[in-house]
Amino acid sequence: MSRQAILGAIRRGLRRGELPEDQKLGLRARLTAHPRHLIPARSQVPRPAQIALFIRNVEKEFGTVARVTDAAGIPPAVAEYLAAQNLPTAFAMAPHPELRSIPWDSRPLLHPREGRAEPTDLVSVQHGYAGIAETGTLMLPSSPERPTTLNLLCDTAIVVLRVSNVCGPYEDAWDRLRAEPGFMPRNVMLVTGPSRSADIESTLELGAHGPRRVHVILLDDDPAAIG
Amino acid sequence: MLATSPAFKQNATEALGNPSLQKALHRTRPQSSGKRAAAVAALPEFERLRDIGRDIKDHTLAHLDFYLETYADNVERAGGHVHWCSSADDARDAVLQICRRADARTVTKGKSMVSEELAINEHLEKHGITPIETDLGEYILQIRGEPPSHIIGPAFHLNREDWEESFRKVHTDLPADRVFHERRDIMTEARVLLREKFLAADVGITGANFLIAESGSSVIVTNEGNGDLTQTLPRVHIVLASIEKVVPTLEDATSLLRLLARSATGQDFSVYTTFSTGGRRPGDLDGPEEYHVVLVDNGRSGMVGTEFHDMLRCIRCAACMNHCPVYFAVGGHSYGWVYPGPMGSVLTPALIGIDKAANLPNASTFCGKCEGVCPVKIPLPKLMRHWREREFERHLTPAIARANLGLWAWFARRPALYRLATRAAAVGLGLMGGKRGRFTKLPFAGSWTDGRDLPAPEGDTFFARYAHAQRKAKP
Ligand code: SF4
Repeated sequence: MSRQAILGAIRRGLRRGELPEDQKLGLRARLTAHPRHLIPARSQVPRPAQIALFIRNVEKEFGTVARVTDAAGIPPAVAEYLAAQNLPTAFAMAPHPELRSIPWDSRPLLHPREGRAEPTDLVSVQHGYAGIAETGTLMLPSSPERPTTLNLLCDTAIVVLRVSNVCGPYEDAWDRLRAEPGFMPRNVMLVTGPSRSADIESTLELGAHGPRRVHVILLDDDPAAIG
Repeated sequence: MLATSPAFKQNATEALGNPSLQKALHRTRPQSSGKRAAAVAALPEFERLRDIGRDIKDHTLAHLDFYLETYADNVERAGGHVHWCSSADDARDAVLQICRRADARTVTKGKSMVSEELAINEHLEKHGITPIETDLGEYILQIRGEPPSHIIGPAFHLNREDWEESFRKVHTDLPADRVFHERRDIMTEARVLLREKFLAADVGITGANFLIAESGSSVIVTNEGNGDLTQTLPRVHIVLASIEKVVPTLEDATSLLRLLARSATGQDFSVYTTFSTGGRRPGDLDGPEEYHVVLVDNGRSGMVGTEFHDMLRCIRCAACMNHCPVYFAVGGHSYGWVYPGPMGSVLTPALIGIDKAANLPNASTFCGKCEGVCPVKIPLPKLMRHWREREFERHLTPAIARANLGLWAWFARRPALYRLATRAAAVGLGLMGGKRGRFTKLPFAGSWTDGRDLPAPEGDTFFARYAHAQRKAKP
């Protein structure tokens, strides 16, 4: 039995047998408490500065951001972005209630299709679960309402994110996720900008296998965050 | 992978005379340290995070049995399967069995050094299954039949001409006279071709940067997104992970992730950091149906509690090789096995035996740069010294070197004579060095001076200068 062989070899190396129950209890308590370590000060700032940091970091990593004040502003923002990039107006959209309630009909030229991304889709619209200001990172946990392929398959990934869901450090986003039913989701992607590679002559090029463009539409739903 | 580590000296000599490799090394060297330095300077807490990273790993390793069992239980709870594998053979077979049960014809692969270590590709091919590397660098290496030369930039030793030539040779469906205007055109060709492979594959194999005990998750970190396509699209996902990758919690992994990208590429965070936990859940529209973890020991448990225990903290960031003067002189292939540079010089002898890798711990100037940049503070020079001691004890050191060491020891035990001899040598060499101050050739040291110049001593010996300074300092 490989399991016993490996564990036995580790214990021999550590010069002890299996841990006694009281020590295991201590380790289990550490797992339950999942203590935080040092958190960099850069994201521990007032809300407006946190949002500004998030935007700055998304842009630093070659993403783009548009801010809208209400859900009615989302369809025009999507339409303008797609037009500016010369992209088609059909897109695959996460079957998420928040995205469904957006008044897409206000822009009849837009063609959202709910579901996962298919290989032929060029544009996706994903629901952003959280933003992490520390590095301009999007947290995209999988669920029936948030298929993973929408993060990956399309050339252009658009993510709709509420300002109230922008956190400072990663740890704040983990805390939110821990409070969700069914934690830990099957897949949690932390996405920081569009896909890239430096494999050819150590020179950075965007658009390796994942999206070539990542565009965040930030919905200002948090008065405290508007500085 | 068959080790050519015993031939390090010959490999190194060839590497020094290889203009294409030297071009790539010269191109990459300045960036690899500069980018890290900028990222570190932008995070004032970085030094303290290194201590934290070291402590998290030390805590985990001291309770490795507990955390592995907790991890495995949580993988099973999430509907995944854990295959414990003591040896490379066990692991290869476990992968093959899973692929066979899935009736796999093609397998896409994310970048995994453990996969290189186990030579998974050869094993699958032998049994009629086609593995396809999808990391851009690994893809071209698979085409060219070469091993990686760096643990995160596996093909950095190639130049653009090599990429174009290889693509023309194997992508025969495309017009032969097509022009690659930019690097981007090369990348796009691979993107389009590999997209079909991702969609057609039956199984996806990835590595793991971390395993998380509390949730039974595996974590991969990529910039390309190939690892995510590999693990999302096929019906079966296999994670290849070695036992020292486990950490207790998401918070522990997060602290280490703050160190990883900055140390590796100088990014604040990699583009895709993905946590996978089991297979598809009810209602999910995508994701693999089966999730397997092949948990590999292959020599690591034998390092626990030994003088090489600290090496198990390694998070494979490559900072040590990116800052190594030896690595940037001879490149990664010279080291002759999967793991090059300072981390390889410590790990390779532990995994394949010091008798096959005795040259590696000697391939160091002991400048200490590697330890200075290692995000988890592994004392790499000290560990290399331990290997040199073992090599000497086991009489693996060549006779000439042993004789010279014996001669040195004879002098060292006679301080007056030692000082006289070193002083004569220092002054003599200083005079011989003349205005240029260095030697391009020296008798009995031809193989040393072929690859570099020896600086001539400037003035007196250390002892003499020290004594002189002491005398001057006294009132
Ligand atoms: S030894 Fe340290 S610097 Fe080298 S790869 Fe491992 S963690 Fe990085």
